[in-house]
Amino acid sequence: MLTFIIRRLLWTVLVMFVITVVVFILFFKTPGVDPARALAGRSPNPQTLAEIRAQLGLGRPFPIEYGIMMKKIFITRDLVSYSNQGVRVVQEVFAATPATLSLVFGAAVLWVVMAIGVGIAAALLRGTVFDPLIMVVALVGISAPVFWVGQIVNMISQGTLHSTFLFSWVPPLGYTPFTQSPVLWFKGLVLPWITLSILYIGFYGRVLRANLLEVQNEDYVRTARAKGISERRVLFRHSLRTSMITFVSLFGLDFAALVAGGALLTEVVFGIHGVGYLTWQGLENLDLPTIMATTIYGAFFIVLINAIVDIAYAWLDPRIRPA
Amino acid sequence: MTAEQLLEVRDLKVSFRTEDGIIRAVDGVSLTLSEGETLGIVGESGSGKSVTMMSVMRLINDPNARFEGEVLYKGRDLMKLDQAQIRGIRGAGIAMIFQDPMTSLNPVYRVGWQIEEQVREHEKISRQAAHARAVELLTAVGIPQAAERVNDYPHQFSGGMRQRVMIAMALSCNPDILIADEPTTALDVTIQAQILNLIRKLKDEFGTAVVLITHDMGVVADLADRIAVMYAGRIIEKGTRRDIFYDPQHPYTWGLLGSIARLDRPKPRRLAAIPGLPPSLLRLPQGCAFGPRCTHRFALCDRRPELLDKVGDGHLDACHLDPGQKRELRETTIHPELIEEAT
Repeated sequence: MLTFIIRRLLWTVLVMFVITVVVFILFFKTPGVDPARALAGRSPNPQTLAEIRAQLGLGRPFPIEYGIMMKKIFITRDLVSYSNQGVRVVQEVFAATPATLSLVFGAAVLWVVMAIGVGIAAALLRGTVFDPLIMVVALVGISAPVFWVGQIVNMISQGTLHSTFLFSWVPPLGYTPFTQSPVLWFKGLVLPWITLSILYIGFYGRVLRANLLEVQNEDYVRTARAKGISERRVLFRHSLRTSMITFVSLFGLDFAALVAGGALLTEVVFGIHGVGYLTWQGLENLDLPTIMATTIYGAFFIVLINAIVDIAYAWLDPRIRPA
Repeated sequence: MTAEQLLEVRDLKVSFRTEDGIIRAVDGVSLTLSEGETLGIVGESGSGKSVTMMSVMRLINDPNARFEGEVLYKGRDLMKLDQAQIRGIRGAGIAMIFQDPMTSLNPVYRVGWQIEEQVREHEKISRQAAHARAVELLTAVGIPQAAERVNDYPHQFSGGMRQRVMIAMALSCNPDILIADEPTTALDVTIQAQILNLIRKLKDEFGTAVVLITHDMGVVADLADRIAVMYAGRIIEKGTRRDIFYDPQHPYTWGLLGSIARLDRPKPRRLAAIPGLPPSLLRLPQGCAFGPRCTHRFALCDRRPELLDKVGDGHLDACHLDPGQKRELRETTIHPELIEEAT
């Protein structure tokens, strides 16, 4: 198991290297585009362009260009934004990370717990009216776009019902760091968490239900029943664990994508200055260094989480563990 | 039969509601099993043999299934027990092993854990003691280096070894009855023999009564004390192993015996087969269910035959043919090659 983990992590490093190369080529070697002009933002003056070329060593051989860029991103971390004069991009991304992590972690906890509850409830209530009912509600959750739900939530909690006891506790939009005030941090994130997780609760609940029902017909579940163990134990120890294999692999992908900036809509709607928000601003201002930094950051995160998922997967299912 | 029977199934009927109508999977089956005895239930796929024993264990939880009849285990009617009570019997009093050892063990748990789980469900013993029991059982079923193998996962065992693990698990709480549902069907022929020998050996060691479900006459020929032959949800012949193999009374049994490839007789030009297919359980024929495929069919066969002991020797069959005529008819069915040679 340990060698498996080490090997998996070494792979991760290799994949990350390939990603940086691909991103570099996309940003600097697209035919017909002058990278200095692209990086400089809207209507740059010749002086800025010359400065960019000198700073990034543009025009020198490819490996050197790549090396300078990576040094600026990973070692000296002094890659600056040109449209947003002087802002250090890497530091920006790191500063935005806690907000995104807070949002996504909280939502993930909520959606995992709720989805397991929903999936099990629906599977147990199969054959009654509640199963299709739960599934329809889940489908509504999946279908509701997050920016719309967010706006409605804001409209109610910040506007129409803010003065009533129901929503008077909701702080103004924005993110308060945990270190500054844990209470405000929590209060400010409750509604974003719920908003973000609705889609995933519905989706994961449906997936889990389908898997649970499928596993019910497996021979080993019949064996478990024939052993005389309780239905609850059959469900949690035998059915649920094998059903969770799909769940976990999906979770890894979705979670990583969200941390990598996929929670952009939620962040923008609720004014949370996270990585998604940063990407959105970068796109608005044609701020290429920022976009590049968030892209690499996002890709790294997805690769890392995937490695963790694979390890979790090996723990769940011994068949894929190396001998 | 007297009340000393370990297991007595009385007029068990199992039917399933389906879109096409009601399927009578088991239609009035009665069986008895006494302590230490081996009962073979033989029949082709869909004859209701597995459904019968799954119903005894109350393992069919299909909302469309309906059960009638009694299943008396040590005098208690299993059909009337609540879930907690039946769970106390499953795995402890009556254990079951299944057809496909490749899928019958949970792939994500160590085999030892799976045996311990059952032991600890039924007995108040420590984890260490349960583990020791698991090792002991694995040794008993012939798994080499059991002390190490106990920590392996099912995918690290071959099919035959997995079936051994299943048997070890089934015997872990010293059950009175072991139900083996086609235990060798998914295995290689050489492994089949090993597993059957193992069952025979352990049956004596543990004093367990065995119900052996199979479609293979060869399997029961070795192991069973008594045999019940099932066809289309009913028992059509029931008797001792001697009765069934040397004096079979039902044409279907003749067909089954005739279709065994034998090495001790002249090689037939082709292996005998029973013509036709089993009837659909949705629309059983009015009379004898085997009638449409039977070469000895006559007028009386339009009435359903009862399972009767015609001679009074405990050998029952459900066929209208006159016992006196049967011997002659039988020879032509079981050994057509002998007839061919003679003519």
